[in-house]
Amino acid sequence: MSAFNAIGEEREIDREEFTPGIEPQPTWCPGCGDFGVLKSLKQALPEVGRTPEETLLVTGIGCSGKLNSYLDAYGFHTIHGRSLPVARAAKLANPGLEVIAAGGDGDGYGIGGNHFMHTARENHDMTYIVFNNEIFGLTKGQTSPTSPKGHKSKTQPSGSAKDPIRPLSLSLTSGASYIARTAAVNPNQAKEILKEAMEHDGFAHVDFLTQCPTWNKDAKQYVPYVDVQESDDYDFDINDRGEAQDMMYEAENVLKDGTVLTGRFYVDEDRPSYQEEKQSLGEMPEEPLAERYFDDDYEWERSYDLLDRHK
Amino acid sequence: MADNELIWRIAGGSGDGIDSTSQNFAKALMRSGLNVFTHRHYPSRIRGGHTYVEIRASDEVVDSRGDGYNFLLALGDSFARNPKENAYYGNEEVKPLSENLDDLREGGIIIYDSGLLDASEIPDFEERAEENDWHIFDLDLRSMAREHGREVMRNTAGVGATAALLEMDLDEIENLMENAMPEKILEPNLTILHEAYDMMVEDYEFEHDLRIPTGEHDEEQVLISGSNGVAYGALDEGCRFIAGYPMTPWTDVFTIMSQHLPKFGGISEQVEDEIAAAALALGASHAGVKAMSGSSGGGFALMSEPLGLAEMSETPIVLVEAMRAGPSTGLPTKPEQGDLEHILYTSQGDSCRVVFAPGTPQEAYEQTRTAFEMAYDYQIPAIVVIDQKLSGENQNVPESAFDRDPNPSLGPTLTEEQLEDAPHDPSGIFQRFSHDDPEDDGVRPRSLPGQKGGRFLVTGNEHNESGHIEEDPDNRITQMDLRMKKLESIREDLDSDPETSSQTYFGPDEADYGIVTWGSSQGAVREAVERLNDDGQSVKAIGVSDLMPFAEKEVTEFLESVDEALVVEMNATAQFRGLTQRELGQFGEKLTSLLKYDGNPFEPAEVVEGFEIQIAGNEEAPTANTRLEPAVSD
Ligand SMILES: Cc1ncc(C[n+]2csc(CCOP(=O)(O)OP(=O)(O)O)c2C)c(N)n1
Ligand code: SF4
Repeated sequence: MSAFNAIGEEREIDREEFTPGIEPQPTWCPGCGDFGVLKSLKQALPEVGRTPEETLLVTGIGCSGKLNSYLDAYGFHTIHGRSLPVARAAKLANPGLEVIAAGGDGDGYGIGGNHFMHTARENHDMTYIVFNNEIFGLTKGQTSPTSPKGHKSKTQPSGSAKDPIRPLSLSLTSGASYIARTAAVNPNQAKEILKEAMEHDGFAHVDFLTQCPTWNKDAKQYVPYVDVQESDDYDFDINDRGEAQDMMYEAENVLKDGTVLTGRFYVDEDRPSYQEEKQSLGEMPEEPLAERYFDDDYEWERSYDLLDRHK
Repeated sequence: MADNELIWRIAGGSGDGIDSTSQNFAKALMRSGLNVFTHRHYPSRIRGGHTYVEIRASDEVVDSRGDGYNFLLALGDSFARNPKENAYYGNEEVKPLSENLDDLREGGIIIYDSGLLDASEIPDFEERAEENDWHIFDLDLRSMAREHGREVMRNTAGVGATAALLEMDLDEIENLMENAMPEKILEPNLTILHEAYDMMVEDYEFEHDLRIPTGEHDEEQVLISGSNGVAYGALDEGCRFIAGYPMTPWTDVFTIMSQHLPKFGGISEQVEDEIAAAALALGASHAGVKAMSGSSGGGFALMSEPLGLAEMSETPIVLVEAMRAGPSTGLPTKPEQGDLEHILYTSQGDSCRVVFAPGTPQEAYEQTRTAFEMAYDYQIPAIVVIDQKLSGENQNVPESAFDRDPNPSLGPTLTEEQLEDAPHDPSGIFQRFSHDDPEDDGVRPRSLPGQKGGRFLVTGNEHNESGHIEEDPDNRITQMDLRMKKLESIREDLDSDPETSSQTYFGPDEADYGIVTWGSSQGAVREAVERLNDDGQSVKAIGVSDLMPFAEKEVTEFLESVDEALVVEMNATAQFRGLTQRELGQFGEKLTSLLKYDGNPFEPAEVVEGFEIQIAGNEEAPTANTRLEPAVSD
């Protein structure tokens, strides 16, 4: 008998399934974009067809880190910037799980920037949602890696001398195989994008624009938005690296002027996921590793043969 | 000192194949029935630079390098021969000879490769040889090797000459070469081996009395290092996931695991940094796999946060800390026991972890298994502390000492059936951090992602029974107390069977004086205790491995039974003595420290000297690179 019967269970998933029966009171401020992410995620998940019990949501620290408190699934709220390494190992240990990592822009592009680059490079089969509110929320409004140049905060009183990070371009160069940007103010698109991201077989990065009315005073910072797939002004091939790159560059440039371009920016369906690469090299078992500990018939290899070499 | 012993030192340039040659020679000695111990000295440089390996062989137990040595094979550093004069390497050519003379015992033997080394460049060489009654053989090993193949084979020539001088059979050596070498290089190597052997026998007269000792093993032996011990212990205990980032000397364990895990159906990940490495181990363990990570001091510092997360989230993991001399990058290839406090207390909040410091390769195997057992049974991080010395030194261990019973248990984990009856909160979340403690040991069984009915939350913040962030003072106290209680339960568990005690005792049961040590300094202390008792002193020793939870009962009993004790450790601030005093709250006035932090491990003679000065009670300073630190009251 499998120890993980929830995995791969075929059944109709109820729309309300990921909503806990009794929800703890969210600690987010009124009007916070994080509500939007939660809502879109709750809508997208049932449509992906995975049950809450085969879903593992790993978060970092920040306002966004609390996401899994309000979602009914397995959840691991880790430490600042480290959601990705925790999440990707869980996926390697048990590939049957639907693994989602989430965190803020400080969390994901700042302190966890190194992990972001490497997880994308390796193309782990998972979804990564970055709540991009261009500010540190939980620590009360300091400048973040996505804050615009000149942004004034208590820790950078004369304004930031730094250009903001380019999360989409960075993701592409690093190797992510699905890259999109959506916004909390656009729940329909967000839901669709999250769904695609989860269904994508590889590292799917969603830069999720979320307003922070508390520290980024303009609660409407991402309105109006343009959906690059819907608009006639933007015609590019999302499977073409070069075209995608140009499009991302533009989207990142114009965001600072208040033009919010959202949508899918790059999709590579052909690139094998990290798990597939590792399995083809014989460096990862075909069966989920975690199952082995429950298989009474499994013959545990010992160090016996290894010791022979030392005789 | 074992009377009948060979301590053979092979010296040359780093990267000249000295490691593999000495490994083979050590095995040959072990196979001939001797106990062997190998010690490796190398600079923090990839190629070139003076390096040596020492092999100590005796029919008696050997678990330290001993004092000095009696046979030098000086090969010359091929990388020191730089075509450009005044090149970076400088004039290092004669180092394999000149650097090694100080510790060579009276009556010792020197073979040097006259093809690469010019003894006339060494001041006073002949005088010193005469004074010390050294027997010197200058052989053109390089030409011999060149003639039959490649220059590196001068190693083999040296071994052949050694065997002749010691009147040793070549059988075991040939055998090992046959197993270790591909056909193409085997033939010329065998030729060189014999040629050197025959040349010695035919052309030279032997006036020395050093001969190969004879011994016998009554059971099959294996020659392994502390790193082998850790890796094999982990594999046998069911560890199938490792994540790491290279750092000397931890790299040894990481490399061994990476090479074998795929064959064992496991996964090894070399990742971007040590923070990631420890976090990956956490993720894999959370998903239901026995996982480990590790590093050396600097990398371990980066793991501080994930380590704390393991404590708070009660996720089992095993971390290895292979110490080297610090602070900072310190002496990358030299041992020290200076990270103790770092290992015990790093990360925010009260420490809630298990720490073992094995003293020998065999203990490394056993205690790594125990570390996994404690980690998974008690859902707590466990740390295995080794150091550059234990990591790289090889010692023979009876094969039967390896308990290969696999232990695939993940510890208290609920099945889906059990989860049906487990407490859930009104939202349907499993109360993984329930205030109930059915076994009264602080452990609440967990579920694993993917199990039906097991959905739970876990966070590095303080949390309530369901895993939700919670700052309520009563909940805080309950959760904190339950986590800390695990340490008490682990102590009881470890104490319950004295047969499996991780502490090691040396010397007579009753003695006036004691020596206390920990980790890899144990070998030198064991030998020192033997010598001291032979000299009429009354002394016994304890090697302490259980550092957290501390082996309180055993150390207390030991210290109560002696008048005074010397605490031997490789650091400058007497960290282990501090721990002992803090844990036991007494004995301060009984404990003198013998400290060494010059980058080299203790030699038995240094411990003997330190002990004699301490017991004599005078102010005399030690002659060796050690320091005595007088007792202070609690
Ligand atoms: C190692 C570490 N450094 C700093 C912090 C403090 N900290 C908590 S949240 C946060 C910023 C979070 O900003 P962001 O990731 O943008 O998330 P938001 O709160 O905006 O959702 C910081 C710096 C921490 N918890 N851990
Ligand atoms: S501080 Fe900003 S990001 Fe955090 S909850 Fe409030 S509005 Fe949201």
